[in-house]
Amino acid sequence: MAQYLISVLDDTSDSATAEEMAAIDAFNEQLETEGHWVFAGGLASPSTATVVDGRDGEAVLTDGPYLESKEYVAGFWIIGAPHLDVALRLAALGSKSCNRRVELRPFLGA
Amino acid sequence: MTDVDEVISRAYREDWARVVATLARRFGDLDIAEEMAAEAFATAVERWPVDGIPPSPGAWLTVTAHRKAIDRVRREARSVPKHMEALMLSDTPEPLGAIDDDRLRLVFTCCHPALAMESRVALTLRMVGGLTVPEIARAFLIQETAIGRRITRAKAKIKAAKIPYRVPSREDVPARVTGVLAVLYLIFNEGYLASDPEKEPVRSDLTAEAIRLTRLVRDLMPADGEVPGLLALMLLTEARRPARVSACGELVALAEQDRAAWDRELIAEGHALVRARLASGEAPGRYQILAAINAVHTDARDVRDTDWSQVIALYDQLVRLDPSPIVRLNRAIAVAELDGPEVALAEVRGLPLEGYHAFHATHADLLRRLGRSEESRAAYDRAIGLAGNTAETAYLTRRRDQLART
Repeated sequence: MAQYLISVLDDTSDSATAEEMAAIDAFNEQLETEGHWVFAGGLASPSTATVVDGRDGEAVLTDGPYLESKEYVAGFWIIGAPHLDVALRLAALGSKSCNRRVELRPFLGA
Repeated sequence: MTDVDEVISRAYREDWARVVATLARRFGDLDIAEEMAAEAFATAVERWPVDGIPPSPGAWLTVTAHRKAIDRVRREARSVPKHMEALMLSDTPEPLGAIDDDRLRLVFTCCHPALAMESRVALTLRMVGGLTVPEIARAFLIQETAIGRRITRAKAKIKAAKIPYRVPSREDVPARVTGVLAVLYLIFNEGYLASDPEKEPVRSDLTAEAIRLTRLVRDLMPADGEVPGLLALMLLTEARRPARVSACGELVALAEQDRAAWDRELIAEGHALVRARLASGEAPGRYQILAAINAVHTDARDVRDTDWSQVIALYDQLVRLDPSPIVRLNRAIAVAELDGPEVALAEVRGLPLEGYHAFHATHADLLRRLGRSEESRAAYDRAIGLAGNTAETAYLTRRRDQLART
């Protein structure tokens, strides 16, 4: 079973409507019953992020996201699937349930 | 060419995809499959003239490639994965049915919708068609390194993202077949009307390769009517190629082509395919309708014998499947023949195709036929500015300049 990251792309955060939240819950339940569930979560706004660079001794902290962009990751799922065709089908369902575009990306060597 | 050379090149055409496809399934790795297939053919070139042609060239190539792949896996890995060990115990060729399934798997994998279209095209030509990277690069006039990178990246994605090596599940098949046919049609069209002014206007190596691959897919998927539909469309288009570009390198419009130069054999085969689809009684898809339209054109020995009402009826059917402005533009061209340029002009006007050279070329032609030279010239200018194909530019320029003299 390979693992895939489904990132939810958005230009605002915490913006899901009640219907979208209900659809996301239903999709999560489906992932669990079908044995694809690994992990999922929603993220707070990029402005709440802190970039931490600990490569040279004392960590250097920078307020805000590492990349200013119009769109960012607002949430994600980690799923297990035997191959890409199954993962693509789930990603399409995920995109439909949260009503956002998603990016599907395999984990390295999983 | 000696007998051995001939057998080797025939084996290459017929067996390359079989060898690659079988190896890809056995070893789960397209890299190994491609490289070891290439090595097996190189060994054949070396050995066959000395040792003689083996009784079954295809089986010899599969077994040789298989052994080389095992050697390579043993060399590279300290321990051979369990699933491969089992495979290494037998190197007897498999029954033909299984190999055909493998080739179908290979086609679907190379044309997977998660790959960019340009990657699908390059990968299909390399893995299924057996074209070398320099051959693909020459066909598309793209640098070899760029084609090589494209193929490498596609193979890496197939591996990392686990694009499955399989025929898609039943509910996905229609959409995935459409994706495969889109790749084949793109290869054909790039050969038939090269989009780049730096390239030869018609490249028969690409059209021939597209037809060969479509024949293969037709043999592998005989049940889907769109596959013979696309094959018929290609054959009926290819049949007109000898009449399509004049001696001075100018595109010749359908109405002005020397129909005696058309390839009667390809036309007969294309017509037979169209008739078989009609006889099936199944609702046709877009390729079958396009093939039927081309069958009507190629049925007329003289352009004046063209059954335009039949052409329009077929376009009406196509518009119901695909109401895109390009389909409506092509329908309007047929309408001009049946109902006159005035009626057609009304249909062409307002189509959102400002950036499409054929829209302006059609517009220009209709205005010319209505005697509206000034407007026609302006439309030809726009068409010439947008056309990429050299033969097409030459044709449009002559048409515009004839206008200037009248």
